[in-house]
Amino acid sequence: MTLPLYGTASLSAGFSSDKARSVIRLRAVDSIGERHASDFGLVKTPEELKRAAESNWSSIFVVSDSSIQNEFSESFERQLILVPRKFDYLGDGDVLGFDHSSRKFRTLFRRNSAHNSLLVTERCNNYCLMCSQPPKDVDDRWILNEIKESLSLISPETRALTFTGGETLSDWEDFIGVLRQCRDRLPATSLQVLTNGRAFANSQIVDAWRDIEHPNLMAAIPVYASVDSTHDYIVQAKGAFDETVLGILKLKDRGQRVEIRVVLHALTAPIIAETCQWIARNMPFVDHVALMGLENTGFAVANDAMLWIDPMDYRDELARAVDLLAAAGVNVSVYNLPKCVLSRSVWPHALQSISDWKNGFVDECDRCYERKTCSGFFTTGRPRFSRGVHAITS
Amino acid sequence: MARFLAPEAFSAATEAISLLPFNFERTGTQQYLVANMVGDFIRLTEDEINKLIDLRATPGDGLYEKAYSAHLITGSNQQAQRQLLALRLRSRMSFLQQATPLHIFVVTLRCEHSCPYCQVSRQSTDRSRFDMSEETAMRALDIAFASPASRIKIEFQGGEPLLNFSLINTIVSTAKVRSASLGKKVDFVIASNLALLDDVVLDFCKSNDILLSTSLDGPADLHNKNRPRPGANSHELATTGIRRAREVLGPDRIGALMTTTEASLDRVDEIIDEYLQLGLDGIFLRPLSPFGFAIKTKQFQKYDAKKWLSFYERGLRRVLEINRQGTPFREFYAALILTRMLSDRPIGYVDLRSPAGIGLGALVYNYDGSVFASDEGRMLAETGDNAFRLGNVDRDTYESLVLSDKLIDAISSSLTQCAPECSTCVYESHCGADPVYHHATQGDALGIKPLSAFCARQKGIMGLLLDILENSPEDAAILRRWVS
Repeated sequence: MTLPLYGTASLSAGFSSDKARSVIRLRAVDSIGERHASDFGLVKTPEELKRAAESNWSSIFVVSDSSIQNEFSESFERQLILVPRKFDYLGDGDVLGFDHSSRKFRTLFRRNSAHNSLLVTERCNNYCLMCSQPPKDVDDRWILNEIKESLSLISPETRALTFTGGETLSDWEDFIGVLRQCRDRLPATSLQVLTNGRAFANSQIVDAWRDIEHPNLMAAIPVYASVDSTHDYIVQAKGAFDETVLGILKLKDRGQRVEIRVVLHALTAPIIAETCQWIARNMPFVDHVALMGLENTGFAVANDAMLWIDPMDYRDELARAVDLLAAAGVNVSVYNLPKCVLSRSVWPHALQSISDWKNGFVDECDRCYERKTCSGFFTTGRPRFSRGVHAITS
Repeated sequence: MARFLAPEAFSAATEAISLLPFNFERTGTQQYLVANMVGDFIRLTEDEINKLIDLRATPGDGLYEKAYSAHLITGSNQQAQRQLLALRLRSRMSFLQQATPLHIFVVTLRCEHSCPYCQVSRQSTDRSRFDMSEETAMRALDIAFASPASRIKIEFQGGEPLLNFSLINTIVSTAKVRSASLGKKVDFVIASNLALLDDVVLDFCKSNDILLSTSLDGPADLHNKNRPRPGANSHELATTGIRRAREVLGPDRIGALMTTTEASLDRVDEIIDEYLQLGLDGIFLRPLSPFGFAIKTKQFQKYDAKKWLSFYERGLRRVLEINRQGTPFREFYAALILTRMLSDRPIGYVDLRSPAGIGLGALVYNYDGSVFASDEGRMLAETGDNAFRLGNVDRDTYESLVLSDKLIDAISSSLTQCAPECSTCVYESHCGADPVYHHATQGDALGIKPLSAFCARQKGIMGLLLDILENSPEDAAILRRWVS
């Protein structure tokens, strides 16, 4: 099942028109502690509605199918948002972005999730054949402002936060400002920034990144091959390989943490052992390497004929790749691939990496001994299943 | 969505590709072994290497991909390929940042053994003449602590250093005081035949965290033949000592070295088994060096590099077999070379460096106060050749020794990076200069490499290791685990 992270409110009231968007945080109606101007009492039952009134909530967020909407608008003087029942997963501490006129909202942060990621922009200077988040050439700088507002509402106890795109460093000065805000507001949160790394070829940007000094910041950078033309073709940008590799070297030269990510598809998987051998020899100092099963969504669907390869057909190459990295002392993980399609030697490296909101299993998994520690499948896009999917019962 | 471009759109034009430096060697009909600037190996056919040199490789032809991944070519305007090579080279050479980490103190030249292969020309009598004085030791310590390395190792050598145990005591306690006040860490090793090892010595080693290094040539008859002493019990004393030291100091606090004599050549399995039985975690298969009595008694001439290599190969294969049977056990020389071949970690091993390790890697303080650029340098001096005698503790400082013309000449004239034969050798990245060896055997620090047994052994061992890495997957996995 896929959690709906985007939606439209069935009703809203009390939002001024001189501001286009608001960032709001949901609070349990009985929650004590200081109320922020952005806090909304979260109401899912008539009982909670009553308690919200008793606790003097002036802004409420109601999850309900809307037959009783009139009651709400009368009871509350200030702000109201009503959303359908399918958003029942929303809870105390969650943060949303809300567009006043269209009543569209996006869930930005879920306090109970280990997989919170914030989209920074949809613009990108790569155009990867398998992009799960196809880039758009639009002015979306408002998103960074929304993130700045959100950060002050996110619990400082949050374990991990990912920034994704588009290319997160498209507006690097603004974005580095956001990371500085994280250093001050969320020093205990581990931050992962997905970036194509090309910006780091520019020393000014790497220096600014180093100067953030967040205690736990990682740049996660894709390298798809050890050869410039192959990588450049996959990311559809000539010169990208040179900039990306240079960027990684400059980051490490300044003591910054770097993860290399390789998405596995028909252009990268057959050469994954060579790529990893190259990483092991040339960049054994990277902090982590993630070898990632393809999420069949976005451009990956459009380029399916070119990209699809059954994981069974690269299973041995992947095992060799993992072995080469591990032998060189490089920390390596395999993401997004269920254990039944992986060689057993790879299992200790296979993680439950798929974000909870888009993670699923098939019927066959019900009788599998390994299900509890398995990545399962993506539920997004047009999932494709390996012929090797089977319950492991021994 | 027809906005995606075809692979050809991302190919470099031929004129936009440049060659990066590489070495190669013909290995058979049409076959070449090629090493990039940091010693990564690939195999190319003659046709491929010709195409590459003509820059006729293009993306998609397989050769381009092979050559690009191996850093043989780069886009002319690209930076990353060159930066990666620069970074790796910097890492490989970074042993130079820790100048002179090893200081060898020859606290006495006396020994109660009388080995015919003795490379240091031990003496048997006259305490006053062949023991180091306390005054000399203190001056040597001044020099050792003046070396730039942040951590130094003091190794006690002989003769048999335990014959002058009281001086070792004094040096250790003084060095510890200086270490604390200067903030320079110091480790200690005693190289001993263990014949004089007793509880006093063991307690001393334990309380001062001192490593022991000893000689063990193999089974009793072989060892005792190589290493005669009154009572013909060298083997018994050495093995008893190794067991005791493992018990008292811990299994990783004693190491043993073997020396190959003519009598060893057919017995490598037995020699290895001897090490295995003692619970040691590996063996260092070492040829005789052309110094001291080894020359005088003609021991050195008794086998050539070819014989030694076949001894070495049999030994290495036996060690691999032991590993395949489930006991982790290493051949330490292979482990050193493999670390160079498969990683970029700086290896400080004195013989495998260029610039050479003489002086920059180690200084040797002889019992009489003269200072040598290496242990082999003082061995030469005992037979009258002072080529590597840099000075004397009474008159010299660390700077005057290391900046002496003698040392600088020997190092700069022996660089493998620019020496004939070496500079184009496919194994250059993993080899070393060893000017003392070449001086001793050819009268010239650089040497004529096709005539050098050192060169023949190095090439032989690296060729053997490469062959196993490429063709024997199970053994290759074992070898990879030896990379430290």
